[in-house]
Amino acid sequence: MSDVSIVICGEAGQGIQTVEKILTSILKTAGYYIFSSTEFMSRIRGGSNSTEIRISDVPVNSFVEKTDMLIPFDSKAVEHVKWRIDKDTIMIGKKEFIEGKSKRTFEVPFSKLAEEAGSKLYANTVTVGVIAGMLEVDFSTVESFIRNFFRKKDEKIIDGNIKAGRKGYEIGEKLIKENKIDFNLKKSEEVKDYLLVSGTDLVSMGAIGGGCNFISSYPMSPSTGVLTFLSKQQEEFEIIAEQAESEISAINMALGASYAGARAMVTTSGGGFALMVEGLSLAGILETPVVIHLAQRPGPATGLPTRTEQGDLLFALFAGHGEFPRIIFAPGKTEDVFNLSRKAFELADKFQVPVIIMTDQYLLDSSFLVPSIDLSKIRNEEYFVKTDKNYKRYRLTEDGISPRGIPGYGEGLVVVDSDEHDEEGHITEDLDFRTKIVDKRLRKLDLIKKEIEPPELIGNKNYKILVIGWGSTYYCIKEALEKLEDNQTAFLYYKQVYPLHPDTKKYLTKAEKTIVIENNATGQFAKLIKMETGVNIDKPILKYNGLPFGVEEIIRELKAIKRKEAK
Amino acid sequence: MDAKIYEMGKIDIAWCPGCGNFSILKILKDTLSELDIAPEKLVMVSGIGQAAKTPHYLRANVFNGLHGRALPAATAIKAVNRDLVVIAESGDGDMYGEGGNHFIHTIRRNPDITNIVHNNMVYGLTKGQASPTSLKGFKTPVQVNGVILEPFNPLAVAIGLGASFVSRAYSDDMKETKEIIKKAIQHKGYALVDLLHPCVTFNRFNDRKWFKENTYYLGEEYDPTDRNEAFKRAIQTDKLPLGIFYINKESMPFEEKLTAYKKNKKPMFEREVDFQKLSNLIESKRK
Repeated sequence: MSDVSIVICGEAGQGIQTVEKILTSILKTAGYYIFSSTEFMSRIRGGSNSTEIRISDVPVNSFVEKTDMLIPFDSKAVEHVKWRIDKDTIMIGKKEFIEGKSKRTFEVPFSKLAEEAGSKLYANTVTVGVIAGMLEVDFSTVESFIRNFFRKKDEKIIDGNIKAGRKGYEIGEKLIKENKIDFNLKKSEEVKDYLLVSGTDLVSMGAIGGGCNFISSYPMSPSTGVLTFLSKQQEEFEIIAEQAESEISAINMALGASYAGARAMVTTSGGGFALMVEGLSLAGILETPVVIHLAQRPGPATGLPTRTEQGDLLFALFAGHGEFPRIIFAPGKTEDVFNLSRKAFELADKFQVPVIIMTDQYLLDSSFLVPSIDLSKIRNEEYFVKTDKNYKRYRLTEDGISPRGIPGYGEGLVVVDSDEHDEEGHITEDLDFRTKIVDKRLRKLDLIKKEIEPPELIGNKNYKILVIGWGSTYYCIKEALEKLEDNQTAFLYYKQVYPLHPDTKKYLTKAEKTIVIENNATGQFAKLIKMETGVNIDKPILKYNGLPFGVEEIIRELKAIKRKEAK
Repeated sequence: MDAKIYEMGKIDIAWCPGCGNFSILKILKDTLSELDIAPEKLVMVSGIGQAAKTPHYLRANVFNGLHGRALPAATAIKAVNRDLVVIAESGDGDMYGEGGNHFIHTIRRNPDITNIVHNNMVYGLTKGQASPTSLKGFKTPVQVNGVILEPFNPLAVAIGLGASFVSRAYSDDMKETKEIIKKAIQHKGYALVDLLHPCVTFNRFNDRKWFKENTYYLGEEYDPTDRNEAFKRAIQTDKLPLGIFYINKESMPFEEKLTAYKKNKKPMFEREVDFQKLSNLIESKRK
């Protein structure tokens, strides 16, 4: 297997994302497996941001630390990524950005070449051309992408960009020939037809599949992409997408919409979710379905707005005053991101509970290749009833689920109340009834527990060491274990973190040693496991500097644990 | 429609004897019956407080949500089912204090809902503290030296924001108030009824006598489409005008502008996912 990691680094506003967007499409069409992820500062201009594009001849879906090729766009770039470059890193760019920084520097004046093609503005296209040339992509592929990307611009700009792309391409071709660089990457036919999707795309398309027709949210990184995606699709899919004045408004709108029969969601991050907490509790007592996409970033408070973390798990679990059931998904695998984002709407309606989908910046802003998304088996059920004259919204039932009516559908009245209420929904202080309705609400948890997504065991079933992860770390841990080639270690991946699957204890007690890997400082999932099963996790591997785990890092940490063991 | 259709039968009402809320409840039932609004088509939305209990005292669909948060919920209810008549009803503390930000942005959003705010210039349920509309000098267990904050002026704010319909009424004037609420419900777009009423337990200052002496009706010659005049009357504080202050004829309701209704007029709950379209969207990611 060959695997090349290209890092493009520069200031915000220099077009790194544009290069990433064009390059990933071109490389996929050329027949390479690709994965890209991005880290950036919370600013619109300046600073230092970087994007990694991994190119491989087998599927790759995770961040690696190594940098095989660096394209610095400014003088600060090399410094910014110095922790992940070595003497063999190929560096391509303007002389003063790369001189003396590695053994393999190649001067390519992107701006100057762009100017020769017609305008300095075409510099990014030169970059794309150089990389495409080095990776032996057909120029016709590059040309057609440039044409498509700039299709709304006039002919002069399109031609200029093609010219710029060609200049870069020729340099790229020459570079590998003259310097005998061989990436040894094989192209494959099948990948050309794969879907190129981001985590944000998968959450959003999953929501549409789940029948989401109402989203109210307040923009907040890294959750905004879902609001943007659904807003863009509002006409096609008849979605009401409203930017609320605050997260408080957003959740209360979503609950109003859901009460009146919509499938409603909000998308937010930690701070916004904090503002929604009273609304979450309202969803609990109203038994009004709602889906909350909680896109994590490092806190507390504003924290690191554009970075990644898995620091809100216990917050999501305990958020909201009072006691009521909830479901928390934490998908990490691409198909799970789509499927569980869809399923969230089904379960919210079925059990009349809030469902939280936990993602993070790393997952949302990464781009993945997915063979296909199968819609053929998907069917959404209708979980509300036409009411009759004697309808009571909170009828005490054996399983705890009271048939849900919609105002205006049937002859009954649908009364919901944030105060404790009687079966009709009106305020009550009948304290005997209070116990009954609390029990009714909590009984739903027994039903929910019958449908928990089981964790997936990857690796040897007769493991000695069990590594546990949840959410976005899935691919990284999986790849690390594959590379470790340690037959005694297996990986247990959780896509639903609450309620916790009842097999958990069995998995844990079978292992001689358990290790949890989490992108947070306190091992929150380990605590959840302890709370639910009584079992202690032996070792945590934690990271909380705002960046995702790299494959090498997990390998290093696991080896270190083993070494200590051996002593 | 007979007003009896809204009767709840024998229920325990949590208001103090002599409270202005009783008149408001009666006025509301009479207005609804005159407008022939069936209880099943009506959604009463409220927050928390004594006024916010109103929806429990008449037969209707009810969304009694969180303190201050009636307006976002009401907006969304109307947005997802335009066949419903939506009334958001709460007190001055709920709508102007806790929910002040929603008050501003709901006016900007302009959903076709009626917003009735029971304004007794005091907090009832929490026992007598100042409300956003309490007058300066009003002494309470918390504002021990009297209120020192400028009272919130909901009408001036609403007119300043170009609200669709802005009015003020007084609960003891049942006939006039009924006409104002009727016009507010019939109005297409956000309609504010700032409804003054006495609190017989906690506001001994703004009592019935005070309201009689300190209010007057905008006359027949008054033109509610004149925004400048409306604003002038709204900031008048020596005597409080009653009636319809302002109607913005150019405003179009929020839900009429939503693209979700462009081709399909059905309420949201009657719709299904178009999986063919979703498949096309997914396929577009292959390029």
